Amino acid sequence: MTGFPTLLHKEVLRFWKVSFQTVAAPVLTTLLYLLVFAHALAAHVQAFPGVPYREFLIPGLAMMAMLQNAFANSSSSLIQSKITGNIVFILLPPLTSLDLFAAYLGASIVRGLVVGLGVFAATLWMVPIPAQHPAWALAFAVVGCGMLGALGIVAGIWAEKFDQLAAFQNFVVMPLTFLAGVFYSTQSLPPFWQAVSKLNPFFYAIDGFRYGFFGQSDVDPATSLAFASAAFAVLSWLTLLMLERGYKLRH
Amino acid sequence: MLAVEARGVHKSYGAVRALAGVSLEVREGEFFGLLGPNGAGKTTLISALGGLARADEGSLSVMGHDVVRDFRRSRRALGIVPQEIVFDPFFTVRETLRLQSGYFGLRRNDAWIDELISRLALGDKADANMRSLSGGMKRRVMVAQALVHRPPVIVLDEPTAGVDVELRQTLWAFIRSLNAAGHTIVLTTHYLEEAQNLCTRIAMMKEGRIVALDSTARLLSEFSERVLKVKLERGELPSALARGASQDAAGAWRIPIVDVAHVEQALRELRVAGAAIASLEVAEPELEEVFVKIMRRDDRPAAP
Repeated sequence: MTGFPTLLHKEVLRFWKVSFQTVAAPVLTTLLYLLVFAHALAAHVQAFPGVPYREFLIPGLAMMAMLQNAFANSSSSLIQSKITGNIVFILLPPLTSLDLFAAYLGASIVRGLVVGLGVFAATLWMVPIPAQHPAWALAFAVVGCGMLGALGIVAGIWAEKFDQLAAFQNFVVMPLTFLAGVFYSTQSLPPFWQAVSKLNPFFYAIDGFRYGFFGQSDVDPATSLAFASAAFAVLSWLTLLMLERGYKLRH
Repeated sequence: MLAVEARGVHKSYGAVRALAGVSLEVREGEFFGLLGPNGAGKTTLISALGGLARADEGSLSVMGHDVVRDFRRSRRALGIVPQEIVFDPFFTVRETLRLQSGYFGLRRNDAWIDELISRLALGDKADANMRSLSGGMKRRVMVAQALVHRPPVIVLDEPTAGVDVELRQTLWAFIRSLNAAGHTIVLTTHYLEEAQNLCTRIAMMKEGRIVALDSTARLLSEFSERVLKVKLERGELPSALARGASQDAAGAWRIPIVDVAHVEQALRELRVAGAAIASLEVAEPELEEVFVKIMRRDDRPAAP
């Protein structure tokens, strides 16, 4: 028996015990985005033919919240453990790099999915939206949260102070999410920015997730899943490499 | 079997050399002391043993398992109580111990967790959040965390720093009983009296090297002695006694003695010399004296 199930359980408990901050707060923030942007932009933006802007916005906002919270879960857990020093209780037991990776990643995905469910639970009664291909939606939710969960582990290991982690969040995660087509279809962008968007792995997660609801997307969902999964695989490899080398954890 | 083995361990942090070739062996069942001033490398050595740090050179093993190649077995055999008080504020004492147990892959370990809680007098606080515990209580939880997987080798890094007398006594009674039950104990402490009472063998470290390594009894007999401490109100110390004697900072004479007969003889000589005694005390050999002498003896400039 390895320590992986316990570490996963602990990481889930860690956010669940403070779910008011870790689940309720992001759901509320997302609702506010929805109210404000739907009101301000509905008249100006026609994203997909036949899809009202309010509806178009919901999967993108939900995915944005899921990505940000998946990132926040692993990164904040690691930086807190490093700064308070209680990371030793995880480093001293016979946990392998794969155990550590899988537990932090798994808890990030759980947090992302719980926040996503929260967003849908809070919005569906106001704005019902179809779910034409739920399996695609779920696949993109898991891969998207996995990608950001792994990125959160990388950032949590790399950052030595809270402000370094905040910088990572503000200068890497936020721009990539905001420029990933949460609020618009990239088809509406000039060609240059369309091309730039296609370099952003977050874009594929959001676009493919939206396909799961409306059966429409900017890019073919299989292509999106391939790009998002590739990004997830590269980040996972990087994370495992850092853990295996003990980078900034085992001095 | 050797409980702990270090062979030529080197470790530098940038330009700072924390370990400069440490080799030592701790036998199974020993109560072993690792002493030295701050910055001598004790904690680095312990960190390397537990996989918190990686040696640049050399090898370490716990119960015959290499700490790098066979880290799962070596860490299962090792329980470390870290020096700094650290805790996870999200959990209660019992949750903390259950989680720690789970990290070692142990399920259904509640009987032992209950025993740890009662042996370390944590019963009242078992369901209290870690945050609400006093420093001494947190320290006890850390001891319990290190013992949750019943490791044959237990390393305590300054476990009694800033801890009250009562806890210190409960802790030592518990650690002694573990030692009696066959666990190997490695201890670092700045309280040399504790080390003298508890440890059967002692290594002293300085600037990343081992500068003395022997049984406590031999270190004491080699570097310290029983002395008669006499403070004179008036009169002179007779020349027969002055040979080999020294005067301490408070003006008391320290006269080396071998046995009680020697004390009587010394007192007789003082009386004959007409000296009046203000105070009198027979002092047993002290590890503190050994420590000071060894650290001074080794006061040579560090190798470049």
